[in-house]
Amino acid sequence: MALLDVENLVVRLPTARGMAAAVRGASFSLDRGERLGLVGESGSGKSMTALALLGLLPEGAELAGSIRFDGRELVGLPEDELCRFRGDRIGMVFQEPMTALNPLHTVGRQVAEPLRLHRGFSASAAREAAVALLDRVGIPDAAWRAASFPHQLSGGQRQRAIIAMALACGPDLLIADEPTTALDVTLQRQILDRLVELCEESGMALLLISHDLGVVAETTRRMLVMYGGSIMESGPTAAMLRRLAHPYSQGLIGARPRLGAQRGVRLSTIPGSAPALAEIPVGCPFAERCRLAIDECKAALPAQEIVGPDHVARCIRLDAAGARP
Amino acid sequence: MTDLAPSLTRRPLAHASLVVGGVLTLLLLLAAALSLVWTPWPVYELDIPNKLQLPSTAHWFGTDSLGRDVLSELLAGARTSIIVGVIAVGIGVILGTALGLLAAARRGWLEELVMRFSDFAFAFPAILSAIMLSALLGPGIVTSIVAIGIFNVPIFARLTRAQAKAVWAREFTLAARAAGKGSFRITLEHVLPNILSVIVVQSTIQFATAILAEAALSYLGLGTQPPQPSWGRMLNEAQLQLLQAPRLAIFPGLAIALSVLGLNLLGDGLRDLLDPRLARRR
Amino acid sequence: MPYFLLKRAATFLATLVAASILIFLVLEILPGNPARVILGPDAPESAVEALAHKLGADRPPLDRYLDWIGGLLEGDLGTSYAYGTPVGEIVGERLAVSLPLAILAMALTAALALSAGVFAAARHDTAGDFGVMALSQLGIAVPSFWLAILLILFFAVELRWVSAGGFPGWSAGFWTAIKALILPAVALAAVQAAILARITRSAVLEVSREDFVRTARAKGLSKGKTLRRHVLRNAMIPIVTVMGLQFANLIAGAIVVENVFYLPGLGRLMFQSIANRDIAVIRDVVMLLAGMVVLVNFAVDLLYAAIDPRLRAEDA
Repeated sequence: MALLDVENLVVRLPTARGMAAAVRGASFSLDRGERLGLVGESGSGKSMTALALLGLLPEGAELAGSIRFDGRELVGLPEDELCRFRGDRIGMVFQEPMTALNPLHTVGRQVAEPLRLHRGFSASAAREAAVALLDRVGIPDAAWRAASFPHQLSGGQRQRAIIAMALACGPDLLIADEPTTALDVTLQRQILDRLVELCEESGMALLLISHDLGVVAETTRRMLVMYGGSIMESGPTAAMLRRLAHPYSQGLIGARPRLGAQRGVRLSTIPGSAPALAEIPVGCPFAERCRLAIDECKAALPAQEIVGPDHVARCIRLDAAGARP
Repeated sequence: MTDLAPSLTRRPLAHASLVVGGVLTLLLLLAAALSLVWTPWPVYELDIPNKLQLPSTAHWFGTDSLGRDVLSELLAGARTSIIVGVIAVGIGVILGTALGLLAAARRGWLEELVMRFSDFAFAFPAILSAIMLSALLGPGIVTSIVAIGIFNVPIFARLTRAQAKAVWAREFTLAARAAGKGSFRITLEHVLPNILSVIVVQSTIQFATAILAEAALSYLGLGTQPPQPSWGRMLNEAQLQLLQAPRLAIFPGLAIALSVLGLNLLGDGLRDLLDPRLARRR
Repeated sequence: MPYFLLKRAATFLATLVAASILIFLVLEILPGNPARVILGPDAPESAVEALAHKLGADRPPLDRYLDWIGGLLEGDLGTSYAYGTPVGEIVGERLAVSLPLAILAMALTAALALSAGVFAAARHDTAGDFGVMALSQLGIAVPSFWLAILLILFFAVELRWVSAGGFPGWSAGFWTAIKALILPAVALAAVQAAILARITRSAVLEVSREDFVRTARAKGLSKGKTLRRHVLRNAMIPIVTVMGLQFANLIAGAIVVENVFYLPGLGRLMFQSIANRDIAVIRDVVMLLAGMVVLVNFAVDLLYAAIDPRLRAEDA
C-alpha cells in the first residue's frame, strides 16, 4: 500500500470573480521512503497541493477529492485529528527561512516544540533533543545555536533549523515547498544533499516541490510536472530527463540557461504567461502557449497517455512532440 | 498563490460604513444649514415661565432650564460644531500638511525639528493644552478653534511626512528628479495627488475628534460662550438639572455621539473606497 | 541592551529639560499678575507690588527659572500662591485621586479591550467580529462626559448604588473611596477600551498572517495554541505602545470626567490653578505630567526590550 495516495484532488479558492480551482483533479501516489518531485511555475497549483495535504488551506478555500495517508482518509477529518498528523507523521518545510521562525522564541524551543506537543517531552528533554536535532542537520555549535534567537542565525542556518523542526518527531513524510529557493546556490547543494541523506537514513518519504527542474532532477526518483492546476506529466525522473514527453515540460527544460552555451544566443522561453486562476480555460491549460496546439486541445482536458513504463503525460499531441519515437 | 482576492464579506461592510456614515453626516450638515435660516423657536430667546417643559407639540423636545426650545438649540449647536470642526481641521490640514511636505522634501535638520515637535505635542494630553490656551486667550469659540487647530497640526504633519516619504522613494519621483524637476514642483505634481486620499480620510476622522473636543471644552466653560449654542454647554446645564429633568441630558449627548459616529463611519468607508491598498484586510 | 536604554534615558532627560524651558516660557506670557489675581482688582497698587515682591514674582526670569529647577531637584516645589500651602502637599493630595483613578480605568480598559480584540480577531469576518467592531465604533463616538452623566443618572440617581460625585478621601476607608472611583473609571474606560480593542484586533490579525504562524500550524499546533503561544506575545508590541499613551493621557486628561464627578484630582487642580494664575502650581504639575509621560514611555521601552530579543542585541 502506498504511503500517500492522492486521488482527484480539487482545491477551490475565493477570487474577485468567484471561486476558482487552483488544483483540478490531481492524482498521484507516494510509497514509503520514496522521493517524489513536483515541478511547476508559480500559479501552477503546486503549493496549494502541499497545503491541501496538511489541511492548511487559506480561509474560504474548498477541498474535494481523496487524500489517503497510510490508509487513513485525511479529507474531511476534523481539525483536532489533523493536528495529530501535522508535525508528527507529516512534516513540512516552507520557502522563506527568514520569516518562518518566531523572532521572540529561541531556536531550540521552536525546534523541540513538536516533541513537547506530540511526544510529551519535558522541557529539559526537549532542550537536549533540540541540540541533537540541530547537530543532525549540520548546524555547527548546536548547543549555542539552540539557545539563540532566529535573528542571530543566517538564512542557511535557519532553513536547516526548520528542517530539523520538521524532522523532530520522525515523520513518515516530509513535504518541502521550495526549501532552498531563497538560499544561494552553494547552500542549496549542501542542504539538498543533507535532506537526501536524512531521508535514506530514516526511510522517510520526501515530496519536493520546486519550480527548478534541476533541483528536482538531482534529488528525486520520480517527478510530476504541474501546470494550470493539473498534472501534465509524471514518471521516473531519469526516464523523463532522457526524454520529456509533454510540450510544456520540454519547454521548461529548454528554458534553462546552459553553462557553456554560446554568447549571444538568446535564452529560449515559453511564449506567453501562465493563466490567472480564474482564467484557466476549458481544455488543456497549456493550449494557448503550446506550439503544437490544435483545436481539439481546447475542447477538453486531455486524458493521460502512456509514454513509457510508469511514465504518463496528458496530451493528445504526444507524437508530434516526439515523445514516443 | 496568485489570485487570492480579499474576503468578499469586506465589501458589504465597507459599503455599510459609507452609507450609514454618509447619512448621519448629511443629517448633521442639514441640521446646521437649516438652523441658519429657520429654527422652530428663536435660539436666543429666553422664556423662563415655560422652563423645563416636557416634550409637546409646541416644543418637540421640550424646553431647558431657561425656557429655550431644546430642538432649536440642538439644530443651532450643529452649526457651532461644524464651524469649529471645519476651521480647526482646516488649520491642521493646511499647516500640518505643509510642514509634513516640507519635512519630507527637505529632510535633514528641518525634518528632525518638525518630528521632535510633533512627538512633544503628542506627549501632552490635548485637553490640558487647550485649557492652557484658553487661559492665554480667554474662553470663547475662537479659543476652541485655535486650540483644536493647533492640536491637529502635528497629526497631519506626521501623517503627511510618512506618506510623502513613501512617495519620494518611488521610482517615478526619482525619474522626475533625474529629469531636472525641482522639489517644489515634484511635491505639487506628484507627491500631493498621491497622498490626497489619505489626508481626506484623516480629515473626516479629525472632524469627528474636533466635535468631541469642542463639546468637552464647552462643557468645561472654556469654549463657546453663551448665548452661542453648543451641545457641550447644553450637557453642562443639563447636569445641573439632572434630578428635575434627566431627559435634558440625553439629547445633546446623543447629537454629539451620532455626529461623531457618522463621521467616523464615513471616514472608514472612504478609506476602503479611496485606497484599497491602505485598507488591506482589516 | 544597556546601550539602547542609555540612549533612551539621555533622550528623555533632554526632553524633560526642553519641556521645563518651554513651560516656563509659556507661563511667562500668561497674562495677569498673580499678586493682582490673589488680591483682587480693587486692591491698591502698593499692596499688589508688596505681595508680588514677597512672592518673588518681580525677579528676572532666569533667576526664577533656576530657582525653580533647583527647587525641583531638591524636592522643594515651592508654595502655592492661591492656597498658601506647599505645592508638594496639594499635588500629593490630588495625585492620590488621579493616580488610582487612572490605574483603575487602565485595568478596566485592558481587561475589556484585550479580550474583545482577541475575540474579534479569532472570529475574523464573522458576526462576532462585526459585533465587536460596531460596539467599538459606538464606544469611540460616545463622549466620556456624556456617558459619565448617564451613568450617574442610572446608578446614582435611579439605583442609588453609589453617590453622584465627590471623593470621600482614603481615610474614609479603602472600599468607600474606591466606590467613588468606579463610575468615573467606567466612563473613562469605555472610550479607551473601544480604541484599544480595535488596535488589539488589528495587531492580532497582522501577526496571524506572518509566516511563523503558518509554521506553528504545520507543526500540529491547534488554532488556540498557536494564538496563545505564538501570536499574542508578538502582537503585544503595538498594543503596549498604545496602552502607554493611554495611561499617560488618563492621568491628567481625565479632567472632564473629574469635573462631572466633582473629583479633586490633578485635572481639576490644573483647571483651578489656571483660573487663579497660580503659577507655582501650574509649573510643577505640568512638569510632573511631562515627567510621568516620559517615565511611562521609558517603561514601555523597557517592556519592549523584555518582549523582543531583537532589541537586546548589544550592537543594535
